[in-house]
Amino acid sequence: MTYVRSTFRHPALPKNDLGYTVDYYEGSLSTLCAGCGHDSINAAIVEACWELNIEPHKVAKLSGIGCSSKSPAYFLSNSHGFNSVHGRMPSVATGANLANRDLIYFGVSGDGDTASIGMGQFVHVVRRNLNMVYLVMNNGCYGLTKGQDSATADAGSKSKAGSVNLFEAIDLASLAIELGATFVGQSFSGDKEQLIPLLKAAMKHKGFAMLNVISPCVTFNNNPGSTKSYDYVREHVEITGTMDFAPMMKEITASYEAGSINDLTMHDGSIIRLHKLAKDWDPFDPNSAMNAIHHAKRKGEILTGLLYMDQDSIELHEMLKTNEKPLNLLSKFQLCPGSETLAKINAGLR
Amino acid sequence: MKPTDISDPEYFHKVVDCQYACPAHTPVPEYIRLIAEGKYTEAYMINWDSNVFPGILGRTCDRPCEPACRRGRIDEEPVAICRLKRVAADNRGDVEPLMPQGPFKPNGKKVALIGAGPASLTVARDLAPLGYEIHLFDEQFKGGGFMLSQIPAFRLPERVLDEEVNYILDLGIHTHFKHYVSSLKDVLEQDYEAVFVGTGAPRGRELKIPGREEGDANIHIGINWLGSVAFEHTSKIGKTVIVLGGGNTAMDCCRTARRLGGEDVKVIVRSPYQTMKASPWEKEDAQHEDIPIIDNHVPKSFVVENGRLKGVTFEKVEAKYDEARKRSLVPTGEPEVFYPADDVLVAIGQENAFPWIERNIGLDFDKWEMPVVDKTTFQSTHPKVFFGGDAAFGPENVITAVAHGHQAAVSIDLLCHKKNLLTERLHPMVNLVSQKMGIHEWAYDSEIDEYDRLVVPQAPKTKTLVNRKQEVELGFDPLAGYEEAKRCLNCDVQTVFNAPKCIECDACVDICPTACITFTANEEEPELRQHTKVPALNLTQDLYVSETLPQTKRIMVKDEDVCLHCGLCAERCPTAAWDMQAFWYNVTKAGEVKFGPTMIGNMVQITRNGNGATP
Ligand SMILES: Cc1cc2nc3c(=O)[nH]c(=O)nc-3n(C[C@H](O)[C@H](O)[C@H](O)COP(=O)(O)OP(=O)(O)OC[C@H]3O[C@@H](n4cnc5c(N)ncnc54)[C@H](O)[C@@H]3O)c2cc1C
Ligand SMILES: Cc1ncc(C[n+]2csc(CCOP(=O)(O)OP(=O)(O)O)c2C)c(N)n1
Ligand code: SF4
Ligand code: SF4
Ligand code: SF4
Ligand SMILES: [Mg+2]
Repeated sequence: MTYVRSTFRHPALPKNDLGYTVDYYEGSLSTLCAGCGHDSINAAIVEACWELNIEPHKVAKLSGIGCSSKSPAYFLSNSHGFNSVHGRMPSVATGANLANRDLIYFGVSGDGDTASIGMGQFVHVVRRNLNMVYLVMNNGCYGLTKGQDSATADAGSKSKAGSVNLFEAIDLASLAIELGATFVGQSFSGDKEQLIPLLKAAMKHKGFAMLNVISPCVTFNNNPGSTKSYDYVREHVEITGTMDFAPMMKEITASYEAGSINDLTMHDGSIIRLHKLAKDWDPFDPNSAMNAIHHAKRKGEILTGLLYMDQDSIELHEMLKTNEKPLNLLSKFQLCPGSETLAKINAGLR
Repeated sequence: MKPTDISDPEYFHKVVDCQYACPAHTPVPEYIRLIAEGKYTEAYMINWDSNVFPGILGRTCDRPCEPACRRGRIDEEPVAICRLKRVAADNRGDVEPLMPQGPFKPNGKKVALIGAGPASLTVARDLAPLGYEIHLFDEQFKGGGFMLSQIPAFRLPERVLDEEVNYILDLGIHTHFKHYVSSLKDVLEQDYEAVFVGTGAPRGRELKIPGREEGDANIHIGINWLGSVAFEHTSKIGKTVIVLGGGNTAMDCCRTARRLGGEDVKVIVRSPYQTMKASPWEKEDAQHEDIPIIDNHVPKSFVVENGRLKGVTFEKVEAKYDEARKRSLVPTGEPEVFYPADDVLVAIGQENAFPWIERNIGLDFDKWEMPVVDKTTFQSTHPKVFFGGDAAFGPENVITAVAHGHQAAVSIDLLCHKKNLLTERLHPMVNLVSQKMGIHEWAYDSEIDEYDRLVVPQAPKTKTLVNRKQEVELGFDPLAGYEEAKRCLNCDVQTVFNAPKCIECDACVDICPTACITFTANEEEPELRQHTKVPALNLTQDLYVSETLPQTKRIMVKDEDVCLHCGLCAERCPTAAWDMQAFWYNVTKAGEVKFGPTMIGNMVQITRNGNGATP
């Protein structure tokens, strides 16, 4: 019987700039089903954080309820975490972020957690452009409650029991663009080569970064006729382009055909180099991005990669002109300046 | 790369690092699991079948398996494989009923074995149950060879040696002790179908420097001296002793000298400490007995005054390496140094000597006066004469002698049945059996224990240094044996991959603690080795490469180097594309061996039913 993963690691594991090997970013042993797409995404997050030289204590993991929402337990054991209520991760994230803007907020949700019970909270956190990564592990079903169709299940997709879904799917990527998300990407749990740079860019983005990642539920939605199974997704993925992520000041050495390259500079000076494959699509134009998504959908394809990005994103703190310092660094007097100050404010409002 | 052919038994054999490195290919992990289960008798028998002398080797083996042990590449130290063997031997029950039971039906064929060391004894054990009439000759009064005359009793008690030698002699061997064979020609003229030469490398190398003859009374050749101590012709040595040489013989000489009255005993060696031939543990044991090792000193002359040895002068050197990494010992130019000594033991190497083999009987010798011997069949250029052990290719060790003995026995059996020694040699016996019992359940204990190697307790110096026969090492007790056994990674439980089943979910890649598994585009080996999750730079370890995968047309590459055999990849695989399968590899020995390893059949009974063996 094994529920134990040895702590022995490859003796030649490389160290990142902080001197950590990748295991410093791991979480506890996953209890998800063997082969669940979510686990593969967790591994990609571990890798991305290691590569980005992130200090784990500078990350807060937030989630709702679902197999996907359990995931934060399985990466970054040395980070902060809050496993909230079903569909309510955005409000917790908003509160935490307003209190301490210095952390990286990494939200993990599911298609049920986001597109059903949590839809109300989701749309509002998007339109507020909260500075966070919002990752949906999208398996087209409620995995944790044994595989009921979710609101992202495609019309016509067949469940494991054989019933066919009658309703149109909610397209989270185009919805997010519609609502003003400033960074929208789509990917597949089985494609780490694409997913890891996308995660890195999302973490570096200032503002709301939404990643809709198709993540097969190997137990309840990996059957023939499902449009979220490993083989179906692999057959129907259309990659918009490949990308490299380079931290600040480091040169990108990968060479691509001229003319199809876009270098996107992030707010901290790091660079995303985008190598466009899809034609008739401009990742900086929301209409063009939405068109591309819809166009692919009509062809029965799933568009993946970085779909849309607003380089001039203004996140919530900037909009609200909040204090630069996190609340925990303010003195008691700054936080609670006393009844005299309150009286002045009240007077100003009269 | 081409997909790995796992139907070739040598592929998985190589993954079992210890077994692969063992000259006799003892199924190490199998017996270690048996020890952990407290099945010492079965563990003993697995050993006895492969290496014939578990109790002896569990104390004295050169243990080539340990530097090879995978654990040493992951943890600080390898599993204490050798000392676990001793745990099996020390705690075994009644093993004799499990051994072939004579009398055996004679097959009418006689074989002569010359020398009663481990090589000849192995041939005897393998052939006797098949009905051969075995005649064993040795000039000593009993069997054991160098195990008797050279390995000191404080490392190998005589009782342990005798017991295991007698298991063999009790199979009905005709012994001719105190019988020096002075002519091979004479032997060949008798009615033997085959003759096996296991006479070892009996001559100690001389040190021809000034003063050697004058000081002769107090200058002794190491192996002769050890022999005379073992046979109780020598029981004393001077107070100040110098041992020249840096191999295991030097270590046995200095430690024996400490027990025979040597108070100031030093080892003085030409080469640097790190490159001395002696095993690290032998050096440690010597130093523990207050014997300093002085390196980089080349002996120049024995100083003899008034016909009495006074000491030795040395030139100081340092090791220099040229571009080809070839070493030379270059004098430092410092003045010569003198070390006083009452006695000097010269332990600078051993040589073969075959004065009793005529050179006109069709048995060829090469320019180094070594017999020409085939490396697979151990046959000499005389079709009836076989060599093995130190006599075949120069001094090695007990386990190598055993390995040779098995192969020579196979050849002799083939020869006696008029079969071709090469083409009709049987392949090893192999088996591969799934260990799956449930989603998280395996028939082996897959959990990795992470504690450090245990240290074998020793008797106190106050006891050992006053009694040459007091065994120094006390061995692991059963609890320590259990704990040490648990450090074994079960490298014989193989990760077997079935590409058509894989859906490329990455679960195995992500769970593997030691980053063994990669899915990538196929390339040639040097490129693939760069593109594994962690570059696969240990070229002695193979890459396990799958066929093309159904979904992405990539391949699975597994670097065998630091796989823990923890089974997590197989536990995490949703489609059972990975499975953990116990691999059994047993070197073919003379006759047909019929017994099953415990993991498969739970029975260990060594029965041989060649011509006439009664199971
Ligand atoms: C000091 C010392 C310590 C050692 N310690 C170890 C150790 O700890 N572990 C280890 O694995 N190895 C050790 N070895 C090496 C090991 O003993 C030998 O490699 C091994 O015994 C070789 O076995 P063998 O069967 O070839 O012959 P041997 O063991 O050398 O036996 C040969 C026998 O043949 C007999 N013989 C020779 N010529 C004739 C003849 N013409 N007629 C009749 N009889 C004859 C000899 O009397 C002898 O008994 C040690 C060696 C030495 C010198
Ligand atoms: C308020 C509330 N309503 C319903 C549930 C039951 N419930 C638990 S998980 C879940 C759906 C999760 O689906 P999803 O977010 O897609 O996660 P998955 O398990 O598929 O990763 C539901 C409905 C709940 N826990 N809380
Ligand atoms: S039920 Fe589905 S989503 Fe949940 S762990 Fe299992 S495979 Fe993953
Ligand atoms: S058994 Fe599998 S999971 Fe365990 S170390 Fe080996 S390859 Fe990795
Ligand atoms: S866990 Fe199994 S199915 Fe998944 S990638 Fe590994 S071998 Fe393939
Ligand atoms: Mg879901």
